[in-house]
Amino acid sequence: MSAIGAPLKRREDPKLLSGEAKYVDDIQVPGQLWMGMVRSPMAHAKIESIDTSEAEAHEGVHAVYTGPQLQEMGLWIAPLPCAWPVTDDMVNPPHYPLATDEVHHVGEIVAIVLADSRYGAVDAAELVIVDYEPLEAVASIAAARDGDTMAHSDLDSNKSFHWPLVPDPDALDAAFANATHTIEAEFVQQRLIPAAMEPRGVLAVPSPMGGDVTLYSATQVPHILKVMAAATTGIPESKIRVIAPSVGGGFGAKLNINPDEILAISLANKLGRAVRWTESRTEAAFSTHQGRGQLQKIELAADTDGKLLGCRVHVDADMGAYMMLITPGVPLLGSFLYTGVYDVPAFGFTCDGYFTNLTPTDAYRGAGRPEASYAIERAMDILAAEVGIGPDEIRRRNYLGGGDYFENLEVPSTLVFDSGHYGPNLDKALELAGYEELKAEQARRREAGDSKQLGIGLVTYVEICGLAPSRALGGLNYGAGGWEHATVRLLPTGKAEVVSGSTPHGQGHETTWSQIVGDKLGIPPEDVTVLHSDTAISPLGLDTYGSRSLAVGGVAIAAACDKVVEKAKQIAAHQMEASADDLQFEAGAFTVSGSPDKQMAIQEIAFGAFTAHDLPDGMEPNLQEQVTFDPPNFVFPFGTHVCTVEIDEDTGNVELLSYVAVDDCGTQINPMIVEGQLHGGIVQGVAQALWEEACYDEDGNLTNPSLMDYLVPSPTEVPSMVTDYTVTPSTSNPLGVKGAGEAGTISSAAAVMNAVVDALSPYGIRDMDMPATPQRVWRTINDAKNGGAA
Amino acid sequence: MIPAAFEYMVADSADAAIAALAEHGDEAKLLAGGHSLIPLMRFRLAAPAMLVDIGRLDDLSYINDAGDHIAIGAMTKHHVLEASELLATEAPLLSHVAGEVGDPSVRHRGTLGGSLAHGDPASDLPAALLACGGSLVIKGPNGERVLDAPDFFTGFLETALADDEIVTEIRVPKAAGVGWSYQKFNRRAQDWAIVGAAVMLGSDPKVALVNMGSAPMRHGGVESALAGGGGADAASVAGDDVDPPEDLNADAEYRRHLARVLVGRGIAEATA
Amino acid sequence: MEVSMSVNGESQTSDVEPRTLLVHHIRDDLGLTGTNIGCDTSSCGACTIHVDGQSVKSCTMLAVQADGAEITTIEGLASDGGELHPMQAAFMECHGLQCGYCTPGMVMAATSLVAENPDGLDETAVREGLEGNLCRCTGYHNIVKAVLSVGGGA
Repeated sequence: MSAIGAPLKRREDPKLLSGEAKYVDDIQVPGQLWMGMVRSPMAHAKIESIDTSEAEAHEGVHAVYTGPQLQEMGLWIAPLPCAWPVTDDMVNPPHYPLATDEVHHVGEIVAIVLADSRYGAVDAAELVIVDYEPLEAVASIAAARDGDTMAHSDLDSNKSFHWPLVPDPDALDAAFANATHTIEAEFVQQRLIPAAMEPRGVLAVPSPMGGDVTLYSATQVPHILKVMAAATTGIPESKIRVIAPSVGGGFGAKLNINPDEILAISLANKLGRAVRWTESRTEAAFSTHQGRGQLQKIELAADTDGKLLGCRVHVDADMGAYMMLITPGVPLLGSFLYTGVYDVPAFGFTCDGYFTNLTPTDAYRGAGRPEASYAIERAMDILAAEVGIGPDEIRRRNYLGGGDYFENLEVPSTLVFDSGHYGPNLDKALELAGYEELKAEQARRREAGDSKQLGIGLVTYVEICGLAPSRALGGLNYGAGGWEHATVRLLPTGKAEVVSGSTPHGQGHETTWSQIVGDKLGIPPEDVTVLHSDTAISPLGLDTYGSRSLAVGGVAIAAACDKVVEKAKQIAAHQMEASADDLQFEAGAFTVSGSPDKQMAIQEIAFGAFTAHDLPDGMEPNLQEQVTFDPPNFVFPFGTHVCTVEIDEDTGNVELLSYVAVDDCGTQINPMIVEGQLHGGIVQGVAQALWEEACYDEDGNLTNPSLMDYLVPSPTEVPSMVTDYTVTPSTSNPLGVKGAGEAGTISSAAAVMNAVVDALSPYGIRDMDMPATPQRVWRTINDAKNGGAA
Repeated sequence: MIPAAFEYMVADSADAAIAALAEHGDEAKLLAGGHSLIPLMRFRLAAPAMLVDIGRLDDLSYINDAGDHIAIGAMTKHHVLEASELLATEAPLLSHVAGEVGDPSVRHRGTLGGSLAHGDPASDLPAALLACGGSLVIKGPNGERVLDAPDFFTGFLETALADDEIVTEIRVPKAAGVGWSYQKFNRRAQDWAIVGAAVMLGSDPKVALVNMGSAPMRHGGVESALAGGGGADAASVAGDDVDPPEDLNADAEYRRHLARVLVGRGIAEATA
Repeated sequence: MEVSMSVNGESQTSDVEPRTLLVHHIRDDLGLTGTNIGCDTSSCGACTIHVDGQSVKSCTMLAVQADGAEITTIEGLASDGGELHPMQAAFMECHGLQCGYCTPGMVMAATSLVAENPDGLDETAVREGLEGNLCRCTGYHNIVKAVLSVGGGA
């Protein structure tokens, strides 16, 4: 039986379930110093003076440093990196680990203490006295765009860049001029706190005599971190080893190069002592980037039947106080998806990026694509209402390829979609959800004037995953490639070892990779060991984000296996005295056509390759191959989600009654893992729709930084989900795989809000901001009842 | 987040705790289950110099039938209240509300006395005690006194307890068969109530509100309307004569509205 | 000050500062790092352990309060032979974990919940019983499935 497609239990689990797994904060080394961060309580201020004397005198304190002191020590040769300067003239103020004269967001570090204990570092940081001269803060995108206050005093505009993607402006104008129906809508993508359950942490261990330094970090991107740490600190890249041990979730928030990481590695290197830090949860709202933070305006033009003619989008995006690793690129990742799964002849997208005095934004699960999906899917419902047809019908009329199968289809946003087959996917979802019955129940409740109204939300999404073609990324000014590396070797004893540049933080790579290798080499998956997440073991890699691991890294492994089999075949042919063309490889063994009793197992060949006693002339010993895979195209998973909510009109409470998801991520390697990814992704998107928002006051203070006030949902708030699939293999890679890590989040916020608005549509309500809090829902109903519809 | 340093002592009796409090004055704080105090200390919103641990006073953990009322030791934990058959029969409102506090792990540690003495208007148990018509036995250097619940809650996180007094017992009138209800509205199950309403019917109906003012409170207007036979309509005044707080979840207008809805639902459920 | 407690069946005596949180004592002093810390407000439950047989959030308890107590952490759940506890096995079987960070706390909360409900739990009771434990990866679907498979009753 093929290991591909089997719901194998995860080999990662026993260590995680028993407490044996080591996260960064679990690793202790002798002599370590704890960093304690002194953070700005103000969003925008001049630093007048810093008095470190009391902290320095505190017991157990090794040193206290301010920003200017660290600059003088020459710990870094460049500011923290932004790897995605989206335009040539993008404004990017230098961002150093510590502020030197002006702070630009609450939580920016102004001084650090080094102490000999976890508690001592916290105590000493409290003793540092900082004098600030407050400056007016820019506390929202609108204020950045419309106001006169500058987030950085030395800049004369808060706008960092303008980025257009308008392939044919004339055609776009004509589409709107010729339309029967046009709609316009504005949406707010509120700021979100990623809140991976493991807070970030870092531990840098130097080797004073050897001159190298090992950095343990709760990161998704050890390989990128290694390059960037070298470029930022001037420590030779060859002297830096980065290890991502067990990492407790990331969701994009651990895809960055953070002040704490650069501080730890440079101070450890300088002082010859191990240096560490672990953020507290409440600190994380300032020390780790946030997600979303966009104002979107979308216009659709359609003919009499609701057939789309054009789509015009503008996004104002909140960069926060600084550009971090890919901050400016996040809205661009969504730009190509604002036409969704639809055949839209004319398209235009523009984006302006603005600085505010808030925590920097960057990638958060989906990164730009949930925003795009939200805008088009909410707008399609608004258009359906305008045209006077159902949400299902408006979608059917506009699906790419008419809802039929297509492959390698160029869409107006200039991308080529690998494959799609939207019609049957929608049918399956509607049937599973009992769409007609739900509509009947909704009508019954409306008729009865029930105080609990039903809303049904429908979404068909598509996303871009598998970031990916290096040339395409280069065309977007992205500072790196999109390839992934794999090495596959058969050890002398016949067991396989895989080295992968993909870096898991909960996705179960070890299990999935062993299934691919097991399948390709015809050996039991349990005979495969997977090595990763340590740049000394896996020196080449571009890590895990953007649902790229399987579609790039997994495919690299499959290709390396193919090369191993090819080399093994040459050895087998040599040793079996047959022509390689006459050999078949099946179930881990080579056989010769016409001689069924002659066969060689791949394990046997591995041993032969190791002893090298009898290899073909000129062949190198050992059975090991490597592949760096750079795909020809992205992959485009899609799916249809149907969600049902019940709104208590007396309190405004929204309860999620059911959630049905029919996804298509191409070929599945481990359906159990796919399903788990979808569940988690769905709830994260639902959370944006109903509970989560980083709330700021007008001075730029975050008013809900802790998990007591920032409402990550618990098991009690969400129902079990119904998941199913269609399978439309990708044409971008030989495995036919797409990606599933972000899929749930791409669709679910829109599905929930479509349902909420659907429930309230009898009141003439056509939109509502996220999150749909009870107070907001109640007030919207109230306002609508009293006249003005939203 | 780490608490600031403090001194710690275990009290081996209520009297020892009182003596320690008398000695240290307002520098000292009682530690029961710690589930109100330790979170404040972690954020250094509270930094007592001395903690007097009364959590080990097992003789203050009991639920006894005392004739016309149930006597509950102040150190009785929420989950014990929740599981007590005696309480479920004779004071079902209090038993039920104990099961609404926080989450199960919190309820394994939190104590009734600790929760009441914290005096948080957003807490569930003060409202339950108010609606039950309960009282508190308070012990100090000069002996015991008994305060009715309304006299105990004096302001935001303030009670009638002097610096050197502790709550030793909570008394709840027996109310088997009397209609009751607790309505808690929040956005996430483990959280504090945005608004809550505790309703106890009977000859002298009582209605207490959660998070509708600076202190745990009864609502006289609703109670009078109920006593006058107002039934569920009594809820219409639940938003009057209150000064609700405003936060991210609710402004004052919405809280007043919720109070009316929840009190209405509470009366309906208690009547059914 | 000196505190003694039984941790996973072994008696442990240490000198701690009174302010030491129990979770830091377990992790930093005793080296049992399976118990994780996910927040600072008693909200997430990652630090859930058993104190005298009941689930407790060890970030909201001082080590000195546990003097004389019997503590069980995730490391003490599997048998000495290394066989997973039925709840751990159910989490693996039902794919109730991904990054694994909330998992020790979730498993400890779940075993306590099941022990307190010997007559069996339904889905609502499991979801309400785990209200104090947050997970960001699984959407809870498979966690609930795992707990029901152990404590769902007949």
